[in-house]
Amino acid sequence: MDLSTASLFSLRDLIRRKEIHPREVVTALAERIAARDSGTRAFLQADTERALAEVENFDPETPLAGLPIAIKDNINVLGHPCSCGSRFLAGKYTAPYDATAAVRLRRAGATFFGRLNMDEFAMGSSTENSALQATTNPWDPTRVPGGSSGGSAAAVADGTALAALGSDTGGSIRQPASFCGVVGMKPTYGRVSRYGLVAYASSLDQIGPLSRTVDDAALLLEIMAGHDPHDSTSAREPVDSLVPGSVEDLKGITFGIPREMDREAVAPSVLKVFDEACDHLRSLGAELCDVDLPASTHAVAAYYVIAPAEASTNLARFDGVRYGLRCESPADTLDLHTRSREGGFGPEVKRRILLGTFVLSSGFYDAYYQTALKVRSLLRREYATAFSRADFILTPTAPEPAFPLGDRTSDPVSMYLSDLFTIPANLAGLPSISVPAGFTVDERPLPVGIQITGRAFAEASLLRAAKAYESTTPWHQQFPYKED
Amino acid sequence: MRMSRYLVTIGLEIHCQVKTASKMFCSCAVEYGAEPNTRVCPVCLGLPGALPALNREAIRLSILAGLMFGCRIPEVTTWDRKNYFYPDMPKNYQLSQLHAPVCQGGEVGLDRLHFPNDFQKQAPEGKVVRLDHIHLEEDVGKSTHYENNSLIDFNRAGTPLMEIVTEPDMESAEEAVALLNALRQNLIYGGVSDADMEKGQLRCDVNISLRPPGQKELGAKIELKNLNSISAVRRAIHHEIERQSAELDAGIPQVQSTRRWDDDAGETTLLRTKEDAHDYRYLPDPDLPAVETAELLAAARRDVPELPHHKRQRFTDAYGITPYDAGVLAADRALADWFEQAASAAPAGAKKTANWVINELLARLNADSLHAEQCPVSPQRFAALVDLVSSGGVSQNQGKEILDAMFAGDAASPEAIAAARGFEQVSDSSSIEPFVDQVLAEFPDKVEEWKQGNAKVGNWLTGQVMRHSKGKANPRVVSEMLRSRAGLE
Ligand SMILES: [Zn+2]
Repeated sequence: MDLSTASLFSLRDLIRRKEIHPREVVTALAERIAARDSGTRAFLQADTERALAEVENFDPETPLAGLPIAIKDNINVLGHPCSCGSRFLAGKYTAPYDATAAVRLRRAGATFFGRLNMDEFAMGSSTENSALQATTNPWDPTRVPGGSSGGSAAAVADGTALAALGSDTGGSIRQPASFCGVVGMKPTYGRVSRYGLVAYASSLDQIGPLSRTVDDAALLLEIMAGHDPHDSTSAREPVDSLVPGSVEDLKGITFGIPREMDREAVAPSVLKVFDEACDHLRSLGAELCDVDLPASTHAVAAYYVIAPAEASTNLARFDGVRYGLRCESPADTLDLHTRSREGGFGPEVKRRILLGTFVLSSGFYDAYYQTALKVRSLLRREYATAFSRADFILTPTAPEPAFPLGDRTSDPVSMYLSDLFTIPANLAGLPSISVPAGFTVDERPLPVGIQITGRAFAEASLLRAAKAYESTTPWHQQFPYKED
Repeated sequence: MRMSRYLVTIGLEIHCQVKTASKMFCSCAVEYGAEPNTRVCPVCLGLPGALPALNREAIRLSILAGLMFGCRIPEVTTWDRKNYFYPDMPKNYQLSQLHAPVCQGGEVGLDRLHFPNDFQKQAPEGKVVRLDHIHLEEDVGKSTHYENNSLIDFNRAGTPLMEIVTEPDMESAEEAVALLNALRQNLIYGGVSDADMEKGQLRCDVNISLRPPGQKELGAKIELKNLNSISAVRRAIHHEIERQSAELDAGIPQVQSTRRWDDDAGETTLLRTKEDAHDYRYLPDPDLPAVETAELLAAARRDVPELPHHKRQRFTDAYGITPYDAGVLAADRALADWFEQAASAAPAGAKKTANWVINELLARLNADSLHAEQCPVSPQRFAALVDLVSSGGVSQNQGKEILDAMFAGDAASPEAIAAARGFEQVSDSSSIEPFVDQVLAEFPDKVEEWKQGNAKVGNWLTGQVMRHSKGKANPRVVSEMLRSRAGLE
C-alpha cells in the first residue's frame, strides 16, 4: 500500500496490526512533499523533524493512532506558525495556544504535520489571495485549487496529506474540494468549536475536514465536534456516532433541487456531471423533487455585506501594537496602525475591510447590514420549508470546474460568483458536504463535485447519504498522479 | 461661590468596576497592582482566534444594582461591538451593550448626607435623579508613557465595568457629587462594586449644558472627561459653569464638544467637537449569544440588601435615635451591621450604644483608617463596655481609656481592663461620704451660691469631690449625695 495516498481508516488498521509505524507514514509524506510540493506549493511549512518527534509517543488505541493531519494556516496549534496566508503574520507569529479542534485531534492521537496555504485571512476562492505563495491544482498546474482552503484540498488530492482541516465561511472547504476531487465538509454552525480559528466572519465560519473518503471526513468531524465552553456559539447538541457503516441504497430518501438554480449560470461540463449524479441517486432508490429557495438568489449579495462587516471588526486587532507586522519607526499611534495595516494586508483583505467598514457606518447600517440580515433569516425559513419536503438539498458544489490561474484576479465579482451554491448553507448555518462526482471531458479532465446540504445537526444522515453515493461510484478512487 | 445666571443641566456617565473574581470574558483574575501582563490570556489579549466566554456573575451583579435602583430588567440582554482603534484595547473593539442593556430606567434618591459637608445645610430635600440605563462593557488596558515610548499593561483589560447613565436631572456640582456618593454607597451596600476611585474602580464623565432662563431647549452639551475624584467632579463643574457663563455673556455660542479636565491647572481644554466624533460602527457581537436574564434575576433578587435609606428609617423608628445619627450609622452597611450587633447585645440600650459608636468608635476607626469590618473590638465586647459605663461601673473618661486599650489590642473584658487599671468606680455612699463632707466644709460660700440657684456651682462641687476621690467616685452618686446634704431635695 502507498502510505501517502491511503485513507485514515486503512492506515489505522495497519498501525493497530503493527504492520507499520505512523513514523513511516510521516516519512512517506515528507518524501512525497519533497517530490511534489515544489510544483503544487500547498504547504507553507512542513516540519518533518517535529512531526517525527511527536509521533514517537503515539497510542495505537486512539482514533487516529498517531496519523499525521495537515492544518490550514488559520487554525492555532501551539508552537506552530499561524500566518493566515498573510504578510502580517508570516514569520512573525507562532501560535501561543491550541485551538479546541487541535486539542481534540491531539487527544485523539493526531500528529500535526504541515501548515497549508490559503487565501489571506480566508478571503478568496482560488488561494491566489495568499500573500505568501500560489498553490496550483494537482489535476492541472495551470489552474487554481479553489479557495480559500486551497492548500488543504490540493495537499489531499496530491497525496501530500492524508487528510486536512480547512475552514468554510462561504464555501472555502467545499469549493476547493470540488476543484481538487476530494471530500470536503462544512459542519452545522456551532458543531465544531471556533476557538482558535482566526476569525474571518464569526457568524459564518466553521472548521471542517477535507479527505479522500467520506469515512475519513466523518472520523475527523466526530473527533472535533461537540460543545466547547470557550466558544459561546458552539452547540450543546449531542454528537452521534458519525462514521457511516456500509450504506448501499438511498431508498425513501428525497433530494430537493432548488428551482432557483440557474442552469444557464452553470458550466455545461458541470451540468453534465450533475445530471448524471442525479440519475445515479435515483438509481439508488432516492427521489428527486423541486424545492423553492427564492432568497438564495440574494445570498451572494447578503454574504458580501455580512462577511465583510464582521471581518472589518475581526481584523481590527491586527494593528502593529501587540504581534505581527509593525511598520518601521512610526510617528504616532495612528501612523503605527495605518502603515502596519497598509503593509500587512493584501488588496482583497483591504477591499473587504473597506466594504465592511462602509456598510456598518452610521447612516448605512440599516440599508445594508439590516437588509442582509433579513435575507439571511428569510433564507433560513425557506430552508425549513424545503426540508419539510426533502431530506437533502442537492446542487453542484461550484458552477464551474477549476479555472485558470490569474483568470479572475482582476474581476473580484466573477470570483465571488464561484461561491454561488455554497454560500446559502453558511448563511443558514446548515451542514453541507462536497463529494467527487465526475470529471469534465476536457483534454485534461478536471474533477467536479456535487454538494449535499442537510438539516441542522443532521451530520450523521448527511454523511450516510454521501457514503451511499461514494461507495457506488468510482470518482474518489481517481488520482491526479500515477500510482507508484 | 456665585450663582450662575444660566440654568445648568448636568447628566453623568459613571463607569464602575463590577466586583467579580475573574474578568468578564475569560478566567483571568481581576487583581489590582499585580505585576504587569501577568493576569492575561489569549482572550483578554485579543489574540487571533480567541473567543469570549461570558462570566455570568457580572450580569448577576449588574442586575442586583438594577434592582437596588428600581430599574427594569429586560428578559434578554445582548452584546455589541463598539469599534474604534485604541492601543490599550486589544481587539480594537470593545464588547459593550447598545441595543439591549442589562438594566433600563431606574432612579437614585439623594440624601442630605450625600452632599458635600459644606453644602449639607443648603441641600435640597428629596431630590431624585433618574437613570437612563445601566450597561456592561469590558475595560481596556493601561498605558504608561516615557520619552517616545509607551508600555501597555493588559492586566485590567477585560475587567467588567458597569456604565450607569443618568438622565440630565442635576442642576449643580453639588448634586452631581451627591449622586456619585449615593451611587457609591448603594453599590458598596449591594456588594456590586468596591467603587474605589483611587484604584480607578469608579470613573465618571460629566455632560453639562447651560441655557438662559426662559429657554426651553437645552444648551449645547459639553462632555467633561478625565475626572478621577469626586472633588475633581465638583471643581470641574464649577469651572465649566464659570467658563461657559463668561462665554455666553460675551455672546460666544457653545457647540457640542468634549473637554478634558486638567486637575493641576484646574481648567478644561477642548479635546474634540462633534464633527470629529467617532462613528463606533456598532455591530451585534456574533461571538456572544443573547443572555436570558430570568435565572440571574431570580438569583439577584435573593441578594438585594436593605437599602441605606430604608435602614435609616428603621434605625430612627426602632432605636429612637435622631435621623442624623441613623443616617451616619446606616451610611455604611458593615458599620450598620456592627452597630446592630452591639445594640442587641447591650442591655444599656440602643441609644447609648449609638452615641458611643458615633462619638467614640467611629473616631477611632477613622484615626486608624479602619473599616467597620476591620474593627479590632467585637460588637459584643463593645456592648459590655457601654454597659459598664452606663451602669456607673466606670466613668465616661475611664470608659474611653478602656476603649483605647481594647483598640490597642487588649483582649481582656472591659471589666478586667477596668480592674487592672484601678478604674473601679466607687458607688457606695459610705466610701464617698467623707469626701462629700470635706468639700461641704471647705466651700460653705459655694454651697450657699448653689442654694441660691446657680446650678453650675453644683457641677463644680461634684468636680471637687471627684478630685478628692481621685476620680473613682461615681459622679451620679456624688451629685445625689451633695444635693441631699445641702438640703436641695
Ligand atoms: Zn484573560
